[in-house]
This record gives sequence, C-alpha cells and structure tokens, in this order.
Amino acid sequence: MAGKEYRTITDVKGPLVFLNKTEPVAFGEIVELRLNDGSMKNGQVLDTSDDLVVVQVFEGTAGVDRTTGVKFLGDVFKLPVSKDLIGRILDGAGRPRDGGPEIIAEGKADIIGAAINPYARQSPHDFIQTGISAIDCCTTLVRGQKLPIFSASGLPHNDIALQIARQAKLTASDEEFIVVFCAMGITAEEYNFFRSDLERTGALENAVLFVNLADDPAVERLITPRLALTAAEYLAFEQDYHVLVIYTDVTNYCDALRQIGAAREEVPGRRGYPGYMYTDLAMLYERAGLVKGKKGSITQFPILTMPGDDITHPIPDLSGYITEGQIVISRELHGSGIYPPINVLPSLSRLMGGTIGEETTREDHKSVSDQMYAAYAQGRELRGLVAIVGEDALNERDKQLLAFSGLFEDKFLRQGRYEDRSIDETLDLCWELMSTIETKYLVRLDQQWIDKYHPDNKE
Amino acid sequence: MSKNGQIYRISGPVVTAIGLDAKMYDVVRVGDEGLMGEVIELHGEKAVIQVYEDTSGVRPGEPVTNTGQTLSVQLGPGLLTQIYDGIQRPLPILLEKMGTFITRGVDADGLDQEKKWTFEATAKKGDKVEGGQVIGTVQETETIVHKIMIPPNMNGTIKSIKGGDYTVSETVCVLDDGTEIAMMQRWPVRAPRPYKQKYAPDTPLVTGMRILDFLFPLAKGGAAGIPGPFGSGKTVTQQSLAKYSDAQIVVYIGCGERGNEMTEVLDEFPELIDPNTGKPLMNRTVMIANTSNMPVAAREASVYTGITIAEYFRDMGYDVALMADSTSRWAEAMREISSRLEEMPGEEGYPAYLSSRLAEFYERAGRVETLEGEDGSVTVIGAVSPPGGDISEPVSQGTLRIVKVFWGLDAPLARQRHFPAINWLNSYSLYPQSLDQWFKDNIASDFPEIRTEISGLLQIEAELQEIVQLVGSDALPVDQQLTLEVARMIREYFLQQNAFHDVDCFTGVEQQYLMAKAILTFQSEAKSAIEAGGMLEDVVNVPARSNLMRARFEDNYLNRIEGLVAEMTKEIAAAAEEN
Repeated sequence: MAGKEYRTITDVKGPLVFLNKTEPVAFGEIVELRLNDGSMKNGQVLDTSDDLVVVQVFEGTAGVDRTTGVKFLGDVFKLPVSKDLIGRILDGAGRPRDGGPEIIAEGKADIIGAAINPYARQSPHDFIQTGISAIDCCTTLVRGQKLPIFSASGLPHNDIALQIARQAKLTASDEEFIVVFCAMGITAEEYNFFRSDLERTGALENAVLFVNLADDPAVERLITPRLALTAAEYLAFEQDYHVLVIYTDVTNYCDALRQIGAAREEVPGRRGYPGYMYTDLAMLYERAGLVKGKKGSITQFPILTMPGDDITHPIPDLSGYITEGQIVISRELHGSGIYPPINVLPSLSRLMGGTIGEETTREDHKSVSDQMYAAYAQGRELRGLVAIVGEDALNERDKQLLAFSGLFEDKFLRQGRYEDRSIDETLDLCWELMSTIETKYLVRLDQQWIDKYHPDNKE
Repeated sequence: MSKNGQIYRISGPVVTAIGLDAKMYDVVRVGDEGLMGEVIELHGEKAVIQVYEDTSGVRPGEPVTNTGQTLSVQLGPGLLTQIYDGIQRPLPILLEKMGTFITRGVDADGLDQEKKWTFEATAKKGDKVEGGQVIGTVQETETIVHKIMIPPNMNGTIKSIKGGDYTVSETVCVLDDGTEIAMMQRWPVRAPRPYKQKYAPDTPLVTGMRILDFLFPLAKGGAAGIPGPFGSGKTVTQQSLAKYSDAQIVVYIGCGERGNEMTEVLDEFPELIDPNTGKPLMNRTVMIANTSNMPVAAREASVYTGITIAEYFRDMGYDVALMADSTSRWAEAMREISSRLEEMPGEEGYPAYLSSRLAEFYERAGRVETLEGEDGSVTVIGAVSPPGGDISEPVSQGTLRIVKVFWGLDAPLARQRHFPAINWLNSYSLYPQSLDQWFKDNIASDFPEIRTEISGLLQIEAELQEIVQLVGSDALPVDQQLTLEVARMIREYFLQQNAFHDVDCFTGVEQQYLMAKAILTFQSEAKSAIEAGGMLEDVVNVPARSNLMRARFEDNYLNRIEGLVAEMTKEIAAAAEEN
C-alpha cells in the first residue's frame, strides 16, 4: 500500500488536512505530501477511519490544495539512531542541519517512546555537582532526575542552563555527560547563543542538537522533543552514556499543542490548553531516569517560561506535578543584579533527601541546607516588617537574620557565570555566612556539625 | 451471531468497531496485536472502545474480538506483595516478557497460575454454604491469612472439600450441583462487591500522624480527601499512611503519578517494618502503579481495580485502607476519554458525570457486615491535585461533597518546612462525634475536651497573629503573649512531625494525648507562675521545656513524658520564685 498516492483531500484547516476514502491507514502513520510545485511536506495521521483520515502537517499547510498528492509511508515516525548522532546538529524533524551527511542508522526507534516499567526503574541516588551553590546546596540535582527551570521572559535561564551543561559532573566518578539539546520555538539569537557557547567550550563534540526555531513550523515542535528524547534513550540505555537533556522552551511546545487542539476543535481545558496536556507532558518528562541492568541514565533539565510570571499557569502547574522539583528564577533577584537569580524558597528537589549526606556530598549537608533555608526565609520575611516598623524595632536575633538574608543573596547566591564551586566550597561558604548569626539562634544545626565545621571551632 | 467485528476508526486511545456484537463494558481484543480494550459506548452498529494500550500503527479493517467478559480482576492468594499496572498485569511479569519498556499486546494473569498454595479446609462435606462464606484458609504471607470464600451469588451444599497444595485455579471444593470452586474468583471491577449491610463507623484508623489522629481523625470505613498543590507533601503523606496506619491490608494506587516515586515505594516497603506486626510492610500491601505516561485508559481503570481488591479483602473481615494518589489524574483520564468521545463537557472540560463517578467510587468505602456476618471495612484516602492549588475546581469540589474528612495541604506551610503541611484552620473531620466514645473508652475520658482546647488555642493564635502583623508581638498583653507561645509549642512540638525520622514518624494515640496534655500543663503552670510575678521570658525559657520537646525524637518517650512534665512544672515554679 505504501507508494500509492491519493488526491482525495476534502478540507484543509490550519495544520490539518482531511482526506476521503483511502485504503486502511494506521493511526500515527507518517505521511508525505507532494504539492503541485513539486515541494514536499511531512505529516502524521491523527485520526483514521474507513471514510476519513486526518493528517497533521508538520511544516504547515501553506500551498496545500485539493489536488495535493498524499502518500502514506506505512510506518509510524521513527528516528534513525546511531552513535554518530553525537556531535551533530539536526532540525526539528531530525534532518541534518549542519550540512553534514545523513545519519547512518544502526537502528530505528519509535519516537513516541514506551513507558518505563516502574518495576524496572532504579531509584536515582547519585549527586550531580553543578558548581552553582544555590542548586548544589538547596535543590540538589540527582542523576536520573527531571528538574525544570521555572523562569519567565527576560530572565537569564539560558545562562544558568548553559552553566549547568558546562559544569555538571558526577562526583562519584569522572564520567562525562553527553548533552542532548532540544530547541523548541526559540529565537535564532537564543539558539546561536547556545550553539556558540557549546562550540567555544568544546562541548559541542559531546552533544546532539535538535533545533526547531521560532520561524520553523509550530506543529513540528510536537515531535522535536520526542526525537531528542529518543536519541537520549538510545544513547543512555543502548550505549551506556549519562545523558543530560536540556530542552527549551516547554511553553512554546504547549502552545503548539494548543494550536493543534484548537484546529481539531477539541474541547479545551484550562486557558484553552487541551485536557490531555498533563498526559502529553508526562510522556516527555517521564522519559528520564535510571533502569536496572543499564549503565546509562537520562537527566532532564527542561526550561519553561511562566506566562506573566504566574506559577499557577497550567504549564508550570502541570509540569510541577510531574517533575521531581523545580528551580524558580526570580525577577526580583535579577532586578537587584544577582546572578544566578534563583529563589530557593519555592524551589525544590524531591530527590535531594534520599541523596545527600556523608556518602555523596557531606555529612552536614542536610543540616546546613535546612538552616540556610530557614534563616533566609525568616530574614526575607523580616524585610517586609522592617518596611513598616523600621529596623530599630527588631530584636537582636531578628537583626542578625535580616543581615544574613542580605549576605545570603550577595555572597551565597551570587557567583560568576564561569565560577565552578565544589560542594565542599559551597558548604564551607554556608558555614562562613551562618557564623554571622549567633549559634544559639541556629536551632536547625546539629551540635556535632557545629563542633566540627563552625569557623569558630575549626581553627 | 458472530462476535467478531472490524476496526472502523482510530483516534488515540478510542477505537470504533463495526459489526461487533457487544454489550456495554465488554472486554475486547483490538487489532492484529490483540490490544486490550473495553466497550464504552454503543451507536447502532458501531461500538466505541477505550483501549488500554498505545494504538499507533493500528489500522481500520483489523479485527476486533469480544471476550464476552467485563473488565474484571483475579482475586485469590498471590495478591499481596504484588505490584500491578492499572489492569492487574503484574509489573514483574511484564518486565520479564517485554523488557525495560512497557510495549503492548502482552497479556498476563493477575495471579500466579503455577504457584501452589497450602489450602486448609475449614468447611466440611455436607455444609450448606452461601456466597461470601469462608470455606478454607491459606497463609498468604507471614502475617496475613487469606480466607477462601464461596464467590458471591453462589450457594449450595458441599459435596467434597479437601485441604492440600493447590494452584489458584485447581478445584478445592465441589458443590452438590457440580459447581467446582477454586481459590481464585473473578469480579468485574466496576461493580461493588456485595455485603449484608453498612454500619456507622465507630473506630478510628490510627495513622500515627498527630495532626490527623488527634485533630482530624478518620474512621475505619470512612473516606478522606487530601487536596494540595505540588510540593506540599501529598505523596509523602499518602506514603506515611500506607506505612503506619493500623489497617490490616493496604492497597496503594499510584494513579498517573511519577515513575520514580513508585520505584521508591517498591524499594522501601520490603525493608520497612510494620509497627503493628513487626513484619515487613510489604506483607500486607498490594500496589497498583499506572504512572503518568502509561496509557490513560488503564489509568481510568486503575482505581476500580484497586478498590475491587480492597473490597475482596474486606469481605474476609479485614480492615483495609486504600490510598489513591492522585484522583485528579483519574479524573483527567476520564476527561481525556470523554473528549475523544466528543461528549458534551461539563465544568472545565470534565465530563458531566464526573461528580457521580467520584461519588460512586468513594461510596465503595465503608464499614460493613460481610456476607459471612463478619465486620470488615474499606477506608479510602484520595489525594487530589488541584491546578494551581485552587480547590474551587471540579475534582476537589466533587470530592469534598462526599468525603467526611478533609486534610488540606498548604503551600505556605510547606514553604516554611512545616510538615505535614496540613492546614489546621481549614481542615476538618466530621467523625469526632462517632469516634469520641472510642477515644473515651480507650485513651482517656477527657480526650474530646483536650482536643477542643488545643484546636481552640490554634484558632485564637490565628486571630492574634493578625494583630501581631500590624503592631509586633511586644505590644500584646502578657497573657496573650503566653497564648502565642503555647500555640507555637502546639505547632512545633505537636503538629510538626518528621515522616522520615525513625521515632517521630509514628506516634500512638495515647502518646498524642499525653503530649497534648503536656502542652496544656505548660500553659496553666506558666499562667500561674506569671500571675505570681514571674517574667514571661524566664518562665517560657526553662530548659526542662525544651528537653520535653526535644525528647520526642528519642525512644521510649511515652514512658518518660510524665517525668519530663513534672520537671518542667518544677522549673517553672522556680522561675516564678526568683522574682
């Protein structure tokens, strides 16, 4: 049946093409459209029946008319996988974009990706040192985790993502990460920024890039992350690499999802996004982790921009329910000139508790991170009070906490874009800052760690 | 009439078949690969099927076969310690058959068909038996005796019955009409299992979590909802309940949640010791894991699979607790399927029947007289994940209308690292009246009064805090400052509880009562000390008080409280005298 060309298009609507009467076409089958001017487009079957087939066209339907030829290729979307992917730049549909040759496939993998059997998973417990104090101390990244950056427009999330890509390492071994980078609807400028940085640091040789830019077809965005994750799965579970997947921007992906939903006249859920967005996002985010009997791993670092800085917007909200924590970027901190402007208070790493400690980071890590968090939270709260009653009205303890919150931002959060702090350096820095508060107020610190690590006792 | 049809249309998990002779909810096999599906709508000649596996690559024209059965589970020895997907396929078997990733078209029995269990007959030849009656037992795990029952809707006189080693499908008993009874029975998941009558609940489900047992108790056979935004600790709370509640059987449904979380449970439970029996927790647990990226239709089915298993153990006379994390994902699965069916949506795109489905599900909880006349219960605890933490949405509201206990998780509390982050001001339980007798009989006669005093103090604190926000706490009169101090003690010493601490993770009700009493003792002693001229600062900062508070992390605290309280009383009195 593959090879037969149909000219039975009845309707074209947005990115969708409707055809009459075909031979049986499989759900999810890949479609080739040949326009009258000879140009080609690709698509995928979204709905199929004896009478009617709905095809979603990745490149948009500009130029499609009722005489356009439609060919069903007899198979679902597959990515040719091979170790040769490493070092390559591909477009949003998996075609070479770097002028290099086609990928010579060692195999083909279905891009939808099957769910990992929960019973086959292995709990992630290996510490990834990012060299960024705020992350390493307060929202520790773990190998096999999916930890998104919740950012907003105008904030330096790209710098942070790149810094992590540059600096991330496993302290337990010297194995390197392969970076799979997936751009979804970002601007050419942003892409060049990523690319030139990766090139300059030599990381590009150990990376695979899938690129769908803002002026590329929106519908294609729906498959780009799936291609990237399929490549990641191949590299991790067939080739034993540790893979770090960075994809940006999830918000653009969701908007593409909404666009298709609207074109199909589906009943919309919140803010017009389709009701199945949770499941759809889960099918991306859940493709992270470790599995028993395989050496490799997939760690995900998705970036999303919260529309209107609103963390309750469906995109960050649904993401937060699926991912294992989040790193929240703050406009306020950015405004006061602090890089990286990570607000540790709403940030969270769900896998941190089971990871940190003597064997992976340091014995005092838990205690220190609790105390840093608590003292900073209280100090921040006091700022509000001081604005009303003035600093003189505070008692001694509160004054110290208030001063600490300033130091926390200035010394602990603030660091250079190329400054790579080891976990020991980070924790020592914490002790140095906490020593500005009298020890009797540091109720969350274990006495044994105070004896061992407090600068007063250390000499 | 032929039972086979053909695929007419495929749209994601929804497939339409033509020429299929089917009843509603019949289980069918779809396509060449035999994907499992269920008939959910009939339109003239066409049957609409929800398919439990991925449908990519399936074509119109492929065959559809009707199994003639409704979606049902296999019930019998072998359920405990098992982990299933949403349609009762054991995940370890799927791993064996498919490898790391869950592919499709693989069938697996819910119960091991090979394993032999030692059946001991308790009924004998000539006994008249009815549905639900126990005819024998199997020691399923170290702690749980599995009772073999006559399937409901069946009765007769036993012609033969014999103990020995059997597989679950071998006949252990024959009735005089020739009916052969095996240890395994099947039950359609969407139909509640029968019982004689429902009782009013009168015994609390002891969870070991102080805020829950003491302030907002849940009855055995009751239903509770835990709504909360992400990061507020729903899953940790659910897991604590699965670990420490005093139910005899626990069914844990991970419905549309994270894969790694289920793995964590799987790693952890076999190692954890049940405080009530001293044996591994896994012995009493059945798990169902349908993570967020597994097929939605199976997610829709998973809660029914779970509750049917729970009811089955209830029918043996056990107290069963079922945790569903999260019911919102279940509701979303309903929404997704409903929208594929192009049904007219209700609120926020959810189907109009959302609230009735929720009600039907929670109504399967209850304390019942089983068909055999025993007392059994199913307690349901459903987590709800409201978008943006806003509980005015349909799933939260639909749940709150039915459940009698509401444990509201709160993002600000979680952000202050106050765990469990259950908001004591808006949470509620409607059970205290029916449970107070139990507390009076088993703990102390003034238990209800102590509870009222504690929650009253928290209420007053909330009002005082509003003033403090404006003028600072120093501006309050001394007695109100003391009230704030007492309330802080309630929060930090009593309500906060570390779910990961070896000792603090579980507190028996008696100890909870003593801790609450200790707080009230502190209040009254401090009050009289201040009236006698003591300085607030000296009185509240006596070292014995922090000893009392800190010692809760140590073993054997229950027996030490009284001594510690006496110490504190002495020091407070001394503090007053210094002036």
